[in-house]
Amino acid sequence: MATTSQSFQRSPEGANSEFVPVARAENVMGLIGNTPLLEITKITAGLLRPGVRIFAKLEGFNPGGSVKDRPALKMIMEGLRKGELVPGKTIIDSTSGNTGIALAMLGAALGFPVELVMAANASRERKKIIQAFGAKIIYSDPLEGSDGAILLCRKIIERNPERYFKPDQYANENNPLAHFETTGPEIWRQTKGAVTHFIAGLGTGGTVMGTGRYLKMRNPAVKVIGVEPDDAMHGLEGLKHMASSIVPPIYHEEELDDKIQVSTEDAYEMVYALGQIEGVLVGQSSGAAMVAALKVARGLREGCVVTIFPDFGEKYLSTNLWIGWKSWTRDRLSHLLAKCKTESESVIT
Amino acid sequence: MPVQIRVPTPLRRFTGGADVVTAEGSSLREVLDDLERKHPGLRERLLDENGELRRFVNIYINGDDVRFLDNLSSKVKDGDDISIVPAIAGGR
Ligand SMILES: Cc1ncc(COP(=O)(O)O)c(C=O)c1O
Repeated sequence: MATTSQSFQRSPEGANSEFVPVARAENVMGLIGNTPLLEITKITAGLLRPGVRIFAKLEGFNPGGSVKDRPALKMIMEGLRKGELVPGKTIIDSTSGNTGIALAMLGAALGFPVELVMAANASRERKKIIQAFGAKIIYSDPLEGSDGAILLCRKIIERNPERYFKPDQYANENNPLAHFETTGPEIWRQTKGAVTHFIAGLGTGGTVMGTGRYLKMRNPAVKVIGVEPDDAMHGLEGLKHMASSIVPPIYHEEELDDKIQVSTEDAYEMVYALGQIEGVLVGQSSGAAMVAALKVARGLREGCVVTIFPDFGEKYLSTNLWIGWKSWTRDRLSHLLAKCKTESESVIT
Repeated sequence: MPVQIRVPTPLRRFTGGADVVTAEGSSLREVLDDLERKHPGLRERLLDENGELRRFVNIYINGDDVRFLDNLSSKVKDGDDISIVPAIAGGR
């Protein structure tokens, strides 16, 4: 099949005589970023003052399916550049989540083996996706959560330190930097500089830190707001309850203008509403972000609120997110919306 | 005779840090009631305002998910091993 594969290569000379497909990228790395903004209009109908709009950045459009493709790419590229990641090494990290999928995808594309440590109760879809990229999974105790996976990963590396490259998204400044260099500028361009509020869920804190710093650099008046679960025991995959967790070294709470807590139940209700009313099926952390965005937007006289929807919903279909969803009806939306009122005065402009 | 209950990290603030506690009862509901007497505040994290198991909480009796047994009415007998497991792995 040499002729077929050759025709997919870029060759300026042959371009006229040979069939050259209009490709967007030469490899998956080139497909990361430049995700669209979706204006949320139906759920919000009649709730916001005329000068207030909410946009969600749909990170599910990344090739690995989530926002984490951005930091994973940056951390790996910097590892390669600095010579910390060299042929023969294995990429390892503790992540049950989207970072694991992103690392597995990039490891496959770049030819590096990948091993991921995760709690055994990670969703079935995630495990399969990660394995489908050829990565290996090491399970930690589900009762110890993500902190248990972090500790087990450290132990594995200690036994064999020279074998591994660990991107370490919780402590690697390239995580927020990826957002400073891509997510932030994209939002600035996409809103033509009109963004007034940036709202994002807190996992490692990479998204909110990096994007927030860029937007504040462009316009110091932009308010940057983090979203976290309202309790240590929660069901918001991807998000962290900071007060009860190992606080990531890259996370600097003092840089935030505000932090909004969202209950798991409200976030799940919002996921159902976004699917059935807005036509966008997302994961639970997007539901939480939307609840927070509404709380903020309802308190504004004027503003352009941008939030992040970190991923789409397919990989959660087997999870508890969907327990009881069939009884969802539109009147449950008004109950939810009644709760999405501004609690915090500090964000009102 | 008590049953043994394994408690996940986010709930250990209610059990003085213990990862395993004991409680008594002949159904899961009774066990949770007893647990609440011994460790006030714990039940509210597990059950919603209608007294149903919260969606993001899984409870296993001897390894079986109670949603596939009888939910809170599931029978519990001496020596059973109950695990409370958050539905998410909590990773990023
Ligand atoms: C679904 C989901 N939402 C939100 C986040 C939080 O992003 P960050 O780690 O940048 O804070 C993550 C992180 O992986 C995620 O997977």
